Amino acid sequence: MGPNLPKFIDALKKALGPDEVITAREDLLCYSYDATPDLPRVVPVAVVTPSATAEVQEVVRLAGRYGVPVYPRGAGTNLSGGSIPTVPGLVLSTLKMNRILEVDPDNLLAVVQPGVVIDRLNETVAPHGLTYPPDPGTVATATIGGSVAECSGGLRGLKYGVTRDYVMGLEVVLADGRVARFGGRTVKNVTAYDLVRLFTGSEGTLGIITEATVRLIPAPAARKTLLAAFSTLTGAGDAVRLIVRSRVVPATLEIMDRVTIETVESYARAGLPVGAEAVLLIEVDGVPEAVEREAETVAGIVRRCGGELRTAADDHEREQLWAARRAALPALARVSPTTILEDATVPRSRLTDMLLALHGIAEEYDLTIGTFGHAGDGNLHPTILTDARDQEEMERVRLAVGAIFRAALSLGGTLTGEHGIGLAKKRFLPLEMGEEGVWVVRAIKRALDPRDLLNPGKLIPAAPAAGADGEVDPG
Amino acid sequence: MNHPALAAVAEDIARCMRCGNCQAVCPLYSVTLRESMVARGKVHLGEALLRGDVEASRVLADRFDACLTCLACAANCPCGVRVDRIVLAARAVMADSGLLPLPKRAACAVMPNRPLLHAGARLLSRVQGLVFRRRELGMSPRFPVGLGMRRVVPSLPRAGFRELSSEVTPASPPAPGRPGPSQGGAAPSPAPARAPSPAPARAPAPAPAHAEGRIVALFTGCLADYVYPDVALGAVRVLSANGETVVAPRGQHCCGYPIIAAGKLDLAREMARSHVRLFSGLDVAAVITLCGTCGEAFIHHYPELLAQDRELGPAAAALASRAHDISRYLHSVSSLNPALLGPLDLAVTYHQPCHLGRGLGVEREPVDLLRAVPGITFIALRHPDRCCGGSGAFAFGHYDLADKVRRQKLADAAETRADVIVTGCGSCRMHLEEGLSHTGSAQRVLHTVEVLASSVSAGR
Repeated sequence: MGPNLPKFIDALKKALGPDEVITAREDLLCYSYDATPDLPRVVPVAVVTPSATAEVQEVVRLAGRYGVPVYPRGAGTNLSGGSIPTVPGLVLSTLKMNRILEVDPDNLLAVVQPGVVIDRLNETVAPHGLTYPPDPGTVATATIGGSVAECSGGLRGLKYGVTRDYVMGLEVVLADGRVARFGGRTVKNVTAYDLVRLFTGSEGTLGIITEATVRLIPAPAARKTLLAAFSTLTGAGDAVRLIVRSRVVPATLEIMDRVTIETVESYARAGLPVGAEAVLLIEVDGVPEAVEREAETVAGIVRRCGGELRTAADDHEREQLWAARRAALPALARVSPTTILEDATVPRSRLTDMLLALHGIAEEYDLTIGTFGHAGDGNLHPTILTDARDQEEMERVRLAVGAIFRAALSLGGTLTGEHGIGLAKKRFLPLEMGEEGVWVVRAIKRALDPRDLLNPGKLIPAAPAAGADGEVDPG
Repeated sequence: MNHPALAAVAEDIARCMRCGNCQAVCPLYSVTLRESMVARGKVHLGEALLRGDVEASRVLADRFDACLTCLACAANCPCGVRVDRIVLAARAVMADSGLLPLPKRAACAVMPNRPLLHAGARLLSRVQGLVFRRRELGMSPRFPVGLGMRRVVPSLPRAGFRELSSEVTPASPPAPGRPGPSQGGAAPSPAPARAPSPAPARAPAPAPAHAEGRIVALFTGCLADYVYPDVALGAVRVLSANGETVVAPRGQHCCGYPIIAAGKLDLAREMARSHVRLFSGLDVAAVITLCGTCGEAFIHHYPELLAQDRELGPAAAALASRAHDISRYLHSVSSLNPALLGPLDLAVTYHQPCHLGRGLGVEREPVDLLRAVPGITFIALRHPDRCCGGSGAFAFGHYDLADKVRRQKLADAAETRADVIVTGCGSCRMHLEEGLSHTGSAQRVLHTVEVLASSVSAGR
């Protein structure tokens, strides 16, 4: 017997007010997707928009009482199916919890509610000369809550790390409705297990983040941007390796392959060297003198590796170089109706091997794959250009995606550098973690959410024997 | 759902990758934070309708109705999805299913019927005092008339443009002795900070592109015809001073955009045919529009609506190539002679109408023209291209949403401390004026060409 939904929805309306409970089917359809392509669309039974922690608690308690799964959702811009229902349940939108509670320049931190958009936090702290470095491609739309739950990366991972390096403290509503707080406002904190890190990247499966204390850093005073074109992949790969070896840590070290370069050029005429096998976009930042010196070191290495160099002399030229990089995904996306964006990640010393493996996979499965990404941290975005309506091709796409995962793992890499496991990749978890690692993941989930009410069907592969209640494996 | 309008945008629907970038720019999303409000949600609903996953319903009609068609999503879309076209197509499906919202049904009944609209406007200008209470800027209802009691509507002038102007106005270039065209520069130069003196000295420029003796047709649009006749009169004054003969054909009527926005495409097509016949029959160098939305009708919608029309399709395309917004015309087609401009002691800012800016690509022209007026101080808005929330009939059907979107715009305008918010659209103006009347602000709203007309008068 299923839960008594009408009574459940009445109770939600009583708790939050009727305007904060969305039930029209036309509206609910719009919570059956996020930015992830090629996933089944399951329509939630309702969407709630609480604006305080106490309301989240009330919602979670009611969901527990009626046995309805809860799917936390921020802006819904993730690329792993992290925020969509797997079986009909309740979507909990954090968008109305969008206040910046505190900016503390003395302790270099900010306290925010989960629905705050990353860009807005940065606009707010900029007058203090501070910045919050994690910059996923969706900074203008993604929420802090969502990006903490998914542990987003971005372009500056090499030098500045990823979201987990900036989360100091969390307030979390647990599966039974209680509130727990971990971490805090100190740089040092070794009290008990590092539960802040456990919940960061937990993809909404362990608790619902209702407040985050995040670390800020001084915004760099100067930066210098260079574009280097290479006639071979090996040349580009060597340059990346030698730059890091020379003890220069660029803020960004981005790569685009030939397919991407040609697509960007035909779409944006950004002045990229057509015919090059790869380009690197390199930006060094910091104090002005160091920036000059580091830029010279980088330029020397690029030349030694056979690269052709362009340097941005001013902000306008810098903007032009960056426009080419930013055009990568839009340009690729316009080639075909469906864009499958992966995030295979390898140790950066194996970058060239991974690029070559991707070329091989494109050939083997007869697909167009443009690759760009964060060469500096080994995080590549092989982008498969296809059409979801072409079933035969989609079958090859799915096989190619599996091959990409295997290639990354065989090079000592990981399934996902920054998008998360979510729905599409959970089958592959044992390949990376082994059955023992997966057992630990399951044990943690069982301890914190024994009834599997929080974001069920995500991150954790279906148990081999034990009854996987309500799990939908999209295959 | 097998509807030709929806089938025509199927590829656009397929191209949306649900990235959600539209959230950053959608004005309605920013005030509702609801996924069915943002472009991505609307595309998804369009897809669901196309696949038969959802039926036409009141709720669905309302969701498609709740779009400002401000084009911000389309301009910001990495995949180039024309969300506005999807929304308009879905509205056509809703209209054909008998699901038009009330304000749009009213618009479809009155707007295409020129005699009825005219008679109504004349009657209303006489009896409006019975229904509405006069306020400083416009009027508010004395009793509920379906508009909400907070609403302020502009009071209609006793006489519209047609009563005040003749069909043909001959060119009246400056009298001898006044600085002639040969002294003016073609490209307006930025004005210095509020100059107390009259026209600052200007360097002589190469021969300007003034085309004396040109004949141009003026399309006024409903708002410049009935509500803001000074805009149309100002356009005539500026054009004729600049040496053009202006024809304002009497057979013109509503451009039809409100009907397109409501989804009544057959009716809109009839209106397009009528205008294409009327304006194609005139031997004029250009057809000039006074509002970005009317301009979009002539330049984008008529050719599209009549694409399959063997007789009028090519004429619609030819007409589109001759149609220009007044500010683009005076800026780049037949450059306004700067010597005509007299000094105005005014601080102004500029609100860019969505259909003028993103729709027609007219962005810097009005600003350049304003900066060329001696004595004017120009202060840019923080986000000049953000929608004001008016969007024609939208503000009537969704007053609260329109009001919420407007607040940011009015706050930005207040921050500039400008005397005048200049814009190029009657609908934006009506909505902004209504908002200003609530805040008690002393700022006024004028059309670009009204400012130019005042400057030309000051220069005579």
